[in-house]
Parts: sequence; C-alpha cells; structure tokens
Amino acid sequence: MELIRWLADIDRRIIFLVIAVAVVLPLIFPLGMRVKVTPQTESIYDEVENLPAGSNVLVSFDYDPAAAPEVHPMALAFLRHCFAKKHKVIIMALWPVGAQLAVSAMAEVGKEYDLEYGRDYVNLGYKPGGDIVIKSLGVSFREVFPKDMAGEPTTGLAIMAKVRNLKDIDLVMDLSAGDPGIPGWVRVANALYQRKVAAGCTAVSAPQFFPYLQTGQLVGLLGGLKGAAEYESVIAHADKASRRMDAQSIAHLVIIVFIIFANVSYFILRRQREEKREGPRTGPAASA
Amino acid sequence: MDGLTLLGTWIAALLTLCILSFLYKDNPFYKFAEYLFVGVSAGLWIAYNFHNLLVPNLIDPLKGAFVVLLAEGRLDFRWLTIIAGLLGVTMLFRFFPKAAWVSRYGIAFSVGLGAGLAFIVYLQANCIYQIWGTVKLSPIVITEGAGGRHFDWQTSISNTLLIVGVVSALVYFYFSKEHKGVLGGTARLGIWFLMVSFGAAFGYTVMARISLLIGRMDFLIEDWLKLAVIAPIQGALTSLGLL
Repeated sequence: MELIRWLADIDRRIIFLVIAVAVVLPLIFPLGMRVKVTPQTESIYDEVENLPAGSNVLVSFDYDPAAAPEVHPMALAFLRHCFAKKHKVIIMALWPVGAQLAVSAMAEVGKEYDLEYGRDYVNLGYKPGGDIVIKSLGVSFREVFPKDMAGEPTTGLAIMAKVRNLKDIDLVMDLSAGDPGIPGWVRVANALYQRKVAAGCTAVSAPQFFPYLQTGQLVGLLGGLKGAAEYESVIAHADKASRRMDAQSIAHLVIIVFIIFANVSYFILRRQREEKREGPRTGPAASA
Repeated sequence: MDGLTLLGTWIAALLTLCILSFLYKDNPFYKFAEYLFVGVSAGLWIAYNFHNLLVPNLIDPLKGAFVVLLAEGRLDFRWLTIIAGLLGVTMLFRFFPKAAWVSRYGIAFSVGLGAGLAFIVYLQANCIYQIWGTVKLSPIVITEGAGGRHFDWQTSISNTLLIVGVVSALVYFYFSKEHKGVLGGTARLGIWFLMVSFGAAFGYTVMARISLLIGRMDFLIEDWLKLAVIAPIQGALTSLGLL
C-alpha cells in the first residue's frame, strides 16, 4: 500500500527524469525497431512514383524551427524521392522561416543528386498572405513570385518556363505546422483548382486533417515523426526520423506504464477512502 | 565545424539547457532564455515582414514613383498601392485611444476581404466535400476480385462506424429537443465517438511533444556533445600529440 501511495504522489520531476532516460538511451544505443507503413504514406509514395519523370512538384515549406524535429525529416525524404524520380521541384514558403529551412534541406539533399538550380529546382522564397497567395498562384506564378529567394528574376529560370499557374503543377506537397498551411492548400489548390494535394504535418494537427483523406481532398498525409519515418522506410533511405523512432516508441511505452500505474493507484486509493467512510464491508448476507 | 557554427551550436545548447531547467523548477536561467526567445522571435518577425511585405509591395514602388516624378515630372504608380498602404496605416491608430476608431476601416477591409475570399472555398472544401464524403459511403461493400465477388467486411465495418459516428455526434449537438429516448441514446453514443476522437487527438499531442523533446535531445547528443564538445577536445589533444 505504501508503494501505491508513493506512486499516487510521485514527484513529477521523477517522471521527467524517467522520460529523459527513455528518450536519451535509444538515441545513444539504437534498437532498430521497425516502422509499419500506413496507407496514407503509401499513397503519397505511389503518387510520386506514378508521375512521369520531369513532372512539376510544388513543395511549400510552411513550418518553422519549432516544428522542424517532426516536419523537416519529411521534407528531406520527400525531396529525395522527387529528385530520384527526376521531377522538377518548385519550393516556396507561406511561413517566414520556411524558405530558409528549404535552403537547409536542399543543402543536405542537393549534394546526393546531380542537380542544377533553376533547371531541376527553384526556391521562390517566402510570400505572406496564406490563402490569397495560393489563389494568386492559380492565376500566375510570375505575378506572385517575380523574383526567387536570391532576388533573381524567375522569368530567366528554365524550370519556370513551363509553369504559368497552379494548373501546370502535377502535385502539391504542403509541409505544414499550422496556419497558413494544409487547410488553405486543400481549400484553394484542391477545391478551387482541382490540384492533387499531399501533406505532411506535426502530430498535434494530424487528426484534424484525416477527414480530408477519406474524401480524397488529400492524396496522402504524413503525421509527425512517425509519418517521416514511414516515408524514409518506403523510399529505403533511413535517416533521422527512423533513428528517432526508437526513442519515440520507448517513451510512449513508459508513458503508457505511467498511465496504468496512475489509474490503478487512483482506483485502489479511492476504494480505500470509500471503505473508510462507509466502515467495514459486511457483505449481502450480513446486511440481510 | 567552423568557428561561427561552433559558437552557434554552443549558444543553442546552453539555451536549450536553460529552457529544460524549468522541469526542475522555475529559475533565472529559464526566465532569461524565455525572454530572449520572445524578444528575438518578435524582432525577427517584424524585420522579416518589413523586408518581405512592406519593402517590395509598398516602399519600393513608392520610391520608384518618386524617382520618376523628380526625373520626368509625371506620376507613375498604382493608386491601389497607395490605398492599401493607407488602410495599413489606419491600423496603427489602435495605439492612440482617441483616434482608435480610424483603425476600424483597415480591419473592416481586411476582415471583409478574408471572409469574401474564404466563404465559397471554405463551404466547398470543409462542408460540401465532407457531407458528400459521408453520404456516398455504403455500409455494405462488395468488391470484385480474382475469385469473383466477395463481401469486403473491413471496409464495410469502417464505413458503418463512420456513418454511425457522424450521425450520432451531430445528434449530440442538436439542442432543440431534450435528449431523451432514442435521441438521448444516440446523443450518448455520439459522446462516446467524441471521446474516442479526443483520446486519439491527445495521443497525437503526446507523440508530438515527445518528438520535440527527441529533437532537442538529438541536437544535444549529436550536434553539441559529439561535434562541438568531444570533437574539438579530440582535435586539441591530437594536435598536442596526446592522442
């Protein structure tokens, strides 16, 4: 009973410490746990696979460093897949720091492929305005992005020669941590311009976007670190997300154990309090 | 790792440790990191938006128009730019209580524009498509396979759950009649569906928070300890001939 009371009143700092250990140990000593790939990840993979080489893929970096541990690995995995399939990647951002994160992603992925800026990919930079920007892209890319992130005119870039508006985009991939983000792309690019939209987002926001999957408004959805690890798994390029999933799984296990302990101790102590209040139980035979 | 990256990694690591120290208890290191984060975020946001929004859309066109006016003596700018700029300026009147009413013009325009643009697409994407997505579902799904037609029980159960869940959850939010009898039972079922969805959302939230912790821990182990602490020490010891 003393143990149960101790568990019920456990210092939260002990919980923090146990979680920290559960996170750090698998990072230092990886376990190589397998990640099960979900249909919503597979459908994004299939979509990229089935596009003919040279298709135009628009990737919107709508997140900031706070969401980077979850969303950035998705960006790396998705870009790798696109470049491996020889697709043309047009990068933009509806979040201020998104364009810089795209630069960082390209610095990492770019060296793995024979890419030329302006021919194979372009970074158009950040444009504030959310839905209005997406709606304007439906009319003209050049109006919205007369210059790329480096300040060079987009008219001179080979990749932009065949891209007039959203209708020339074969797939939109939105990597989002909030608003503006997935709802805007679904509302405007999909509902208004009938473009195929795929998305990757933080785990917090993933449940609210599942209804878009069932209706086909999103072709697929990568949710949180697990979504990123799944995509790394389908493209057979294990990276940060796959490595971090060990820590994620162990931490979840520890949290589940804590929840079970907390509930068991709560019910035992509640029963004990009720018994004290009502006096010793006499049973149905005695009361009769 | 070059000197600047090394310095940046050390600053990031120390600030991360300052923030994590709050888990023990509130302390001045945490407060310092928190205030620094808020200040830097606000400063960055203002500077970034100034250079990406105001400069290309308002200041540069006005500067160009001023140069043309001085050189050629003619007005060469879009009046819409001036109107949008003036509407933006009206919002700053919020800082002056006596003239705060002026800001309503800018806000009214912004709200009206946003509502007008969003109304149709919002209705289409979040209402019509969602209703259609539920209405088109069949609780009994028969699929054609290599061995002929067969009952797809997985999809059938999934569709049935979705239809029952949507209807019962909607009934829970129907307040024009007292929740008794069949209506009460359906509303109670709706609560169960809502609770399950809240539980799933909470589970995803826990997953997200742990992911962020993992991101920071990974940074501390891989980028800071290995590359910014151990590697320079190893380098120094090697250059001294001790390794």
